[in-house]
This record gives sequence, structure tokens and C-alpha cells, in this order.
Amino acid sequence: MAEKMLEVKDLRVSFEVKKGLAETLMGKKETIKAVDGVSFEIGRGEILSLVGESGSGKTTTGKAILRLAPVTGGSIKFEGEEISGKSQKELHEFRKKAQMIYQDPYQALNPRQYIIDIVGEPLDVNDLCKTTEERLERIKKALENAGLVPPEDYLYRYPYELSGGQRQRVAIAGSLIMNPEFIVADEPVSMLDASIRTGIIKLMLEQRDKMGVAYLFITHDLSLAWLISDRIAIMYLGKIMEMGTADEIINHAEHPYAKALINIMPIPGKMIDSGRDILEGETPNAAVDIKGCKFCARCPVRQAICETEEPELREISPGHLCACHFVK
Amino acid sequence: MGKRVLKRFLSALGTSFFVIIFNFFLFRILPGDLTTVIARSNTSPEVKQRLIEASGLDKPLMTQFGIYIKQLLHGDLGSAFYMYDNSSSVLEVIVGRIPNTVILLLTAEIIAIIIGMIIGTICAHKRATPLDTGLLSGSLVLYSMPTFWFAMLLIFIFCVNLRLFPTGGIYTAGTAYHGWMLIKDYLKHMALPSLCMGFAMVGCYAVTMRSTMIGILTEDYIQTARAKGFSTRYILLKHAIPNAMLPMATIIAMNIAFILGGAIQLETLFSWKGLGQLMYLALDKRDFPMLQGCFLISTLAVILANFIMDILYGFIDPRVKE
Repeated sequence: MAEKMLEVKDLRVSFEVKKGLAETLMGKKETIKAVDGVSFEIGRGEILSLVGESGSGKTTTGKAILRLAPVTGGSIKFEGEEISGKSQKELHEFRKKAQMIYQDPYQALNPRQYIIDIVGEPLDVNDLCKTTEERLERIKKALENAGLVPPEDYLYRYPYELSGGQRQRVAIAGSLIMNPEFIVADEPVSMLDASIRTGIIKLMLEQRDKMGVAYLFITHDLSLAWLISDRIAIMYLGKIMEMGTADEIINHAEHPYAKALINIMPIPGKMIDSGRDILEGETPNAAVDIKGCKFCARCPVRQAICETEEPELREISPGHLCACHFVK
Repeated sequence: MGKRVLKRFLSALGTSFFVIIFNFFLFRILPGDLTTVIARSNTSPEVKQRLIEASGLDKPLMTQFGIYIKQLLHGDLGSAFYMYDNSSSVLEVIVGRIPNTVILLLTAEIIAIIIGMIIGTICAHKRATPLDTGLLSGSLVLYSMPTFWFAMLLIFIFCVNLRLFPTGGIYTAGTAYHGWMLIKDYLKHMALPSLCMGFAMVGCYAVTMRSTMIGILTEDYIQTARAKGFSTRYILLKHAIPNAMLPMATIIAMNIAFILGGAIQLETLFSWKGLGQLMYLALDKRDFPMLQGCFLISTLAVILANFIMDILYGFIDPRVKE
């Protein structure tokens, strides 16, 4: 692996949910463990995909790393510096280096700003440009880099005048203008047409190749994760179940949950019911405390030990980690 | 843009015409008329008859309506049955009272808007904290309190006990101030009613601002701004508040339009010579022409404010322009 850039250790995020008035008065509170002890590393220019179902805590993990969700425990180190305990002011330098791209390009842009101001805002706030010409030059370059050519056509338009793909490119231009080293991409293409996805993905990969940007790529699309990422981590109920290089996970997954996910990856020409094992049940409520393995309720190979003892995430072969009692 | 303005204008014109018809018949189906109010038991039928004839109430309803419309088209609101402020011309009395009402209520409105927006923003930002609960319930208590009772409390505390402000009226009786002294006297009389109305309306703005802001603060573009490291102050001022202005502008426009309707309770309690008090007096005396005049002016103001707001939306929110 390349030089370590981001090191997440035992990250925990939990939310307290207030119920009715009576329960509040009685002091009863429900705690939802959205992220329950997640550890991983990302190297410079590396793409790690976080794959899981809805509610598995992937987005919360991404937000917590950028300190957009409250970190309850654990440590986040960026370029050797601890991020988790810092105040918003101290985070200033980190904010310039780490950015986020959202799933819904319709919500991620302020509807009342021109594209030129959306993209150029980080320059204005940080006072990075002395002259208006310099500002314009940099904005144009960012738009060009994001594939909006010619940039002059886009400067004085509002977000509502653009298509979904164009908006996502604007959002990317807005995060690239600070030359970030790390980007959390939260399902950046899941709301876009298939024809536009390729363009956005290519754009992100290009940034990685040219500028060495590292990505935490959050997705539920395992095929896409396989295609673009160096490593894949499979999440379930706030925990990483299995993690390894993309090829290793897809071809030699060991964890029953990872296997189940891979088993339902679409294959053109194959019918759904022809010999696929489909997982039963639904993801349990994150507020309920599960003593043993988080996956045991739905696991096809569960035994008595699974319900009482939580398996550790162990290395089963170099670089391949798995959290299951029965995988050696 | 031009087409939109024209469409809005025509619809405003239609509404105004409907309002005129409604206004005319509304008061005439009220029980009682001029004579029941003025006449004592010993008023002779001849006198009653003469009064009714003099005010034109003996003619058929449709004829009366025809006369009213004809006068209206000439810009004449008719003459009142009684004298107000030494005049019986409806238009003259109303126009004479507009400044008092507008100055009082506009001040109240501005106080309410500024405080309400600040409270709403603070509450949304510090959501679910004791500060939020305290500020919000405080402004809601003031909002739901009956205005007349709140006004009486203020009069009792500040005028009767502390003797800080005059209890009512516009000028101190028996004085003939000029220039600066006159303004000072006027402001002193205005302070309590405008503060009373202003604080009573804070809740309306605070609640709307809070709920709008809470919605906006969870939007992705606010999170994006946070991820880019912008300060909270900058995010609130540059991103959140401008986007919250659309629903706020609607309420502000509606409330400002209602200013010309006067604040009946407030003006009556503080003996403030404005349109609200005028309406109260006219209603009490079944003075149809004066009531029609007051209602016409206040409804036209609402329609006009709506029309202006519709046009302004295009500038506040670029998406509406299409």
C-alpha cells in the first residue's frame, strides 16, 4: 500500500433518539449505534469502497470522518494528525484538504447562487485570489477539469438550469477547486442516468491519476465498487464484516454476508431464480443491542457461538480481513 | 416576465371587483341600520323617515349599488353619515388617518420581523437545547396572548404604575408643540402601542423562521459548505437566511398588507387615531359608507401587496421567473 493518508481506528458514532414525553421524563433514551467500531486505512491516491445496505452506517462513517457527524469514540488521523478532538476552527486546514461529494446533486447546490459563485466560494472565503481575473481563471479551470466545456457557458447559470449530470460536475468542480487530497464520495452516481455515470466516474478516476486524490467511495453497488476501487470494505449494521482488495473480495469472499451480496450481483443474461441464494429477512433495528455477531439473525451458517460472542475482524490472508467465527 | 405581470394584474383587478360587490352587500345584510342606532324611543317616525331618505337608504338595493359604483369610478367614496375628525368625506377621513396607522404598525412590524428572524435563526441553530425551548415558548406565549389583554397589562405597568408613557392618544392634550418637540411627543405616545404590537407578533415570524431554517440547515448544500470549512456565521448569513426568505417574504407581505386594515383592538385601547379605531367607531354607528370605505382600502391593500409580492418572488427566487 502507498503512504498512509487516513487512519481510522475504532470509530464510533451513536445518536440518542428521544421517544415520547413519558419516556423522556423517565430518563429512558434510545441509543442508535450507527457506526460501531470501524477501523480502516486509506493510502495516498487510493480508492476504498464502503459497500453495504441502507442503514449500515456507510454514509455516517463518511460524514464522521469529515466531522460532519458527531464522533462518539475512536480516532481519525489525517496525515498523522488527530482530527476527532479538534474544534471547528482548528479543522480549518483539514477542511481545505478533504471534501465531500453528495448523492443528490439537486440538493447539494444552493439554488440561489450562480455556478460561478458556487464554484468560487471557497476562494472568496479563504481569500485566495487577489484579483477578479485570477478568480475567474481558477473557476474556469475547475469547471473545465470537471468536464463542463466551454466553462463560459456555465458561469452565469443557476443550478436549476442544469441537468443532473451537469450539476454533479458543478459539485465536483466546487470541491476540486481547493485541490483536495481526499474526497468522501457518498453514492455520487446512484441518482444519475447510466449513460452519465461513466462520465462522472471517469472524471473522479482522472483526478486520482492526475492529482493523487484519494477517495472513500460509499456505494451499495458492488459491481461499481469492484470496477473502480483498490479495496472494498463490506459493512453491516455499523461494523465492517470483510475487507480486502477488490479482486480478493469479489473472487474469494469468505464472510457469509459478503458472499450473499456477491451472489446477487447482476449478471447479464442470468435469470434471478436460477440457483441464487437470496438472503432472508431484513436488517435489524440499529437501536437493539446485539450481543453476538451482528449478522447472526440472517446468517445461513449460524451456530450457538454466534449469538453470544462477537467475532473479531481478523486477517485471514495478507490484506484480507474477515469477521466470522468459522473463517480461518 | 411581462406576460406574467399582465396575468397577475388582471387577476388582481378581478379580485378587487369581487371585493367591492361583497363589501357593499355585506354591511347591508347586517341587522340594524342608521335609525336603530341614532333613534331614541321618542324620535318621531317622520324624523326617522327623513334621515333614511337623506342617506339614500330608501332606494332599492340595486339602485343604491349603481350609485355607489358610479361614485367609485369617479374616485368618490361618498360621504359618511357622521362627522369624524371634523369631516364627513369618507376619503378625506381615511386618507387623514392613514399616516398614523402606517407609522404605528410599520414600526411594530419592523420590530417583530427583526426580533422574530433573530430568534428563529438562533432557535434553529441551537435546536433542541434549553435556549431554543425558552425563546420559542416565550415568543409563542406573547403571540397567543390576546392583544387587548397584553396592551392593558402594559398600560397598567408602564403608564399607571411607572408613569413612563402616556396612556393613550397621539399628542399630549393642551399642548401646541412644533418641530422637534412635536416629534418627540408623538414618539412618546407611539412607543408603547408599537412595542406591544411588535412583541405580540414576534412569535409568528419566529416560528416560521425556525421551521424553515431547520429544513434548510439539513440540506446538502449547507453540509457541503460546512465541509468546505466555511464558518457557521458565514453559512447562516450567506446560505441559510437568504434561502429562508421566500416563506418569510410571504408572511411579511401579508402582514404589511394588513397594516392598512389597522389594528382595531390596539388602536381602540390606546385611543390611537388610526384606521382601526375608525372602523370600530363606524361599525358601532352602522355608518355604511365609512365602513365600506375602510374595508375597501384595506382589502385593496392586501390585493396590491399580493400583486407586488408575486412580482418580487421572481427576484427572490430565480426559479420562479420562468
